[in-house]
Amino acid sequence: MLIGLYNYWVVVALMMTGFYIVIAQGNLIKKIAGLIIFQTSVFIFYISVGKVDGATAPIVGDGFSQYSNPLPHVLILTAIVVGIATTALGLALIVRIREAYGSIEEDEIQKKDDQAC
Amino acid sequence: MLAHLPILQVVLPLLAAPSCLIMRRPKLVWLFTLIVSSIAFLISVALLQQVMESGPISYELGGWEQPWGIEYRIDELSAFLLLIVSAVSTVVLLAAHTSIQAEIAEDSQMMFYVLYLLSLTGMLGIISTGDVFNVFVFLEISSLSAYALIAMGDGRRALWASYQYLIMGTIGATFILIAIGLMYQMTGTLNMEDLSRRLPDVAHTRTMYAAYVFFVVGVCLKMALFPLHLWLPNAYSYAPSIVTAFFAATSTKVALYLLIRFTFSVFDFSFSFSTLPLQPVFLVLGFLGIFVASTAAIYQKNLKHLFAYSSVAQIGYMIVGYSIATSAGLMATLLHLFNHSLMKSALFLALAAVMYRLSSVQLSCLQGMGRQMPLTMAAIVVGGASLIGVPLTIGFVSKWFLVMAAIENGLWPVAVLVLLGSLLAIVYVWRVVEVAYFMEPMPGKDPVKEAPWSILVPVWLLVAANVYFGVDTRLSVQIAQAAADSLFGVSP
Repeated sequence: MLIGLYNYWVVVALMMTGFYIVIAQGNLIKKIAGLIIFQTSVFIFYISVGKVDGATAPIVGDGFSQYSNPLPHVLILTAIVVGIATTALGLALIVRIREAYGSIEEDEIQKKDDQAC
Repeated sequence: MLAHLPILQVVLPLLAAPSCLIMRRPKLVWLFTLIVSSIAFLISVALLQQVMESGPISYELGGWEQPWGIEYRIDELSAFLLLIVSAVSTVVLLAAHTSIQAEIAEDSQMMFYVLYLLSLTGMLGIISTGDVFNVFVFLEISSLSAYALIAMGDGRRALWASYQYLIMGTIGATFILIAIGLMYQMTGTLNMEDLSRRLPDVAHTRTMYAAYVFFVVGVCLKMALFPLHLWLPNAYSYAPSIVTAFFAATSTKVALYLLIRFTFSVFDFSFSFSTLPLQPVFLVLGFLGIFVASTAAIYQKNLKHLFAYSSVAQIGYMIVGYSIATSAGLMATLLHLFNHSLMKSALFLALAAVMYRLSSVQLSCLQGMGRQMPLTMAAIVVGGASLIGVPLTIGFVSKWFLVMAAIENGLWPVAVLVLLGSLLAIVYVWRVVEVAYFMEPMPGKDPVKEAPWSILVPVWLLVAANVYFGVDTRLSVQIAQAAADSLFGVSP
């Protein structure tokens, strides 16, 4: 049970690590990095779901009767693209935030905003 | 042609978005966007008519039969939402050119329309599709363009607000993705109808509980349900005024649509409300949202902030209606969804007019504006009255149905609390009225002119709708009733 499902343990560990980084880190780039780890864990989860024990890649051939499910892989390709777009947009925002605030630390930005009020 | 309307609705703005890049002149792009949005609106009217006459429409993408192919499914609920989103988008766009001219640099105006159309595509897609993974894709299309649109706002605060929304929104979307993955793992299907057939067999597994909880938390983040609303006030306040008017009326509503769709058409209704304690949780969160956000609204100095907090409170009302869990309660929610998009688009568009003349929406700048910008201020007053729920405005209609639904089910405290919440709305709306009408203009400030007609006309169109649907409730009530009944009909 514990060993057999090890890929799901990896998923959970990565998911929690990523989520924790997003919440706890004050540095904007580190937050984005956390977000990437968080999303990656979901990719691994989808890919694990498609795997059938003892089955082969879904290419029809002699001697194979069981095939893994390719659909989750296709789905996750889309999700990866979405993830890249999110990361790119996030990093682009950080560039402009740094130009405007001169900092990429959450607490410093907050402080500058409060002073301006 | 007519058979392809469900997909045209989505493909049209999607293809139109990159086409904007060919046209160089802002005015031309604006006209093009307006035409595309109007066509989407006409299609949604045609779809609604078709659905009300002959029941749900199922459209198979590329001719692939469901559940293998992607199915687009338009029923009463989706047709209703399509109408709201495309109508608001079109009316808001009428004012876009003038307002954008003042708020966004000339060279990025073209990009604005591209993003606007993409965001519209995403929302229309979420509503039309009958495939859960498709929902995620469209959700991200609309969210990513929303982050970029908000970042176009003036000043650095818009960037920071957009970044915060990006983090929260991505967490929400990823939660929904996890939920979809878990559902697929248990059933092997992504089609909503197919899911609803297969889920009952596996409903009492821990995986399904986890899937449902992931979904609800994810969608509540998108919906800005208290206490997950923290991204909303800043995102709405610092975005360009047109964007605020569009999003305040549509984006949270689309998330609410997803919640209703999944609760009723994908998961079994009894699963959400009997197996899991959704009702008490949502009732408490809904009311906390109403009271905390309304109180926060009272103390805001920035008008956009004020109405953004009020939006969070109004989401609370919708969730309360939803958690009454009867056909009447759901109908009140749908009605309020329709009414609230009309109120908030009118209010935020009026603020766009204020922004155009004063370049600020601080409450203190509004002193004496009742005399200088009478039409704009009158629009804010009518919109505010509608928020409070004054008779003859739409706010009254939805609160009436909400209170009736609560009393029908013996939930007296709910009815009383809804009325108390309206009292708070009186306070914050009155603050605006007081400043605009009962204070002298600030000395030494040049008097300003009334806002230009290109903004005033759409504002008053929306205000007229606020009053019209408050008096003649047949259309909105009939559609909301049909949508609520069909949802309850599916799940006995």
